[in-house]
Amino acid sequence: MLGNILGVLFDGIAYGSLLFIIAVGLSVTLGLMNFVNLAHGAFAMLGGYVAVMAMTRAGIPFLAALPLAFIASALVGVVLERTLYQRLYKAAHLDQVLFSIGLVFMSIAATTYFFGASQQPVALPAYLQGQLHLPGFDVGIYRLFLIGVVAVLTLALQWLLERTRFGSQVRASVDNATAAAGLGINVNRVFALTFALGSGLAGLGGALGIDVLGLDPTFPLKYMVYFLLVVAVGGSGTIKGALIAALILGVFDVAGKYYVPQVGGFVIYALMVVLLILFPTGLYGKKT
Amino acid sequence: MSAISTSSAAAANARPPNLLPDGRWRPLELAFWLIPIALYFVAPDYRVLGSQVLITGLFALSLDLILGYAGIVSLGHAAFFGLGAYAAALLAKHFTGDPLIGLVVAALVSAAAGWLVSFLVVRGNDLTRLMVTLGIGLMLWEAANKASFITGGVDGLSFTPGKLFGVWSFDLAGNTAYVYALVVVFVVFLFAKRLVDSPLGLSLRGIREGGKRMPAIGAPVVVRLRTIFTIAAGIAGIAGALLAQTTQFASIDTLGFPRSAELMIMLVLGGTGRLYGALVGAAIFMIAHDYLSAIDPVYWEFWIGFFLVLIVLFAHGGILGGLAALRARFGRSGS
Repeated sequence: MLGNILGVLFDGIAYGSLLFIIAVGLSVTLGLMNFVNLAHGAFAMLGGYVAVMAMTRAGIPFLAALPLAFIASALVGVVLERTLYQRLYKAAHLDQVLFSIGLVFMSIAATTYFFGASQQPVALPAYLQGQLHLPGFDVGIYRLFLIGVVAVLTLALQWLLERTRFGSQVRASVDNATAAAGLGINVNRVFALTFALGSGLAGLGGALGIDVLGLDPTFPLKYMVYFLLVVAVGGSGTIKGALIAALILGVFDVAGKYYVPQVGGFVIYALMVVLLILFPTGLYGKKT
Repeated sequence: MSAISTSSAAAANARPPNLLPDGRWRPLELAFWLIPIALYFVAPDYRVLGSQVLITGLFALSLDLILGYAGIVSLGHAAFFGLGAYAAALLAKHFTGDPLIGLVVAALVSAAAGWLVSFLVVRGNDLTRLMVTLGIGLMLWEAANKASFITGGVDGLSFTPGKLFGVWSFDLAGNTAYVYALVVVFVVFLFAKRLVDSPLGLSLRGIREGGKRMPAIGAPVVVRLRTIFTIAAGIAGIAGALLAQTTQFASIDTLGFPRSAELMIMLVLGGTGRLYGALVGAAIFMIAHDYLSAIDPVYWEFWIGFFLVLIVLFAHGGILGGLAALRARFGRSGS
């Protein structure tokens, strides 16, 4: 029984880590830049497909395909940010919602057109498969790998935002774009780079998550709620908030599906409504 | 001097039509309502599609009340539509098949649900509202999916509604459905038109334009928002019941997120905050959908996304908004 609980907890944390890595970019665009980007999952899907294609068509090994997924999503992210997204930073939320739903529909249709509607398979390398037998319960090696990757990435992100010049430029631009521009910060460039970073991380997460989340053209719509949830529950733009929110959601979702499968996704939606009522600005949100 | 007087005269002429609503009917509006009546006789083969267009238009109208007038962005409005559909279906299956009683019950059920949800919706900012409406929509879908002993799950719920006034039964050609839908939609439209021209409607526009200032002139913002949300949910329930009765089927799709998203697309396509935009947008969307998805459903989804992006970037205000802008620019001599 205890091993059971630990196993669910472990799977939940691995799942939550994945949610975090995909949603952390959204936490910046939505939470800090206040842009309701429902199409964030499309970048994750792009990364997933890039990884799958690199592995199956070009024969690139899994670990080498991950950076490719990051780079492809980041590039597409920066192009879209420069050409489309940046026009709507000041627009009403409704416009942003519609615009990004439009992007989601387009990405779903285009993906179906090129790759078909079926689930994409991923062949993990042998050293990432299998179970590690600990006293009491077993852990999947791939999930352990996921948690490890995300832990490293989180520390790196924290360092990037808190300790580097770029990080302080991001924080300054987000807090007050006008004042930041007045101090000589190229706000547009900072936003574009931030957006690219967020999209790239989503792509990386999409590639890492094929084994756990699956990958088919409806991916952006299927997981949209989860990504939004991480941001809404975590609060605006704190890495810590997003991480904790993602872990809570991951654990509850896995536990809900494991212990009470008959109510399915109900647990997570109920949790979401309760959390939003209790913390309207998120767990770590600024008080307005 | 003369330049100033000319420009002020131009400004007076270019005044937006509903600066202060008078509730009068314009010739164009009457002409608009003649179209569906004429279509009944001109295009008898399209009565089934026509009734669905009317019903979807009503649904879009209910979203317009909260989105276009009160400025609440809801991603889960289909929840009330589906609730109305299931209420009508279950009532007809287990109690009485009378369609009109079904409409009233569906409206009451959806309005009650809307009233409950409104307490959550008025809290928080745009993002919280978005998430709460989305979450509630998804919860209801999941509930309908899992409670298949009541709702039939993904298979839906088919039923036979009773005869309208005990005389007309719902036929396959959609004759009864078309007239029934048209009359109900028109009656609800009259109500909505009266509503948005009332002090309530005006204060909602004030809240949309500057929610922080409205309390200063004594408008109870929270109460107003809760009222309109409840009414809009009720109207969505009527639309859902209409759809269920005319198709004799309540499907789980009526609750789904795609339905909410499409609804928003229609409304924006037609133009928000002007009631007719909802009807025009729904008509164009449904007809285009009928035509394009027959060719290829995948292309259809791509193009609708594409047009959505274009509308947001370039064609603000939708079709009616664009027409109004044209009128303001060229219509001076005409009016």
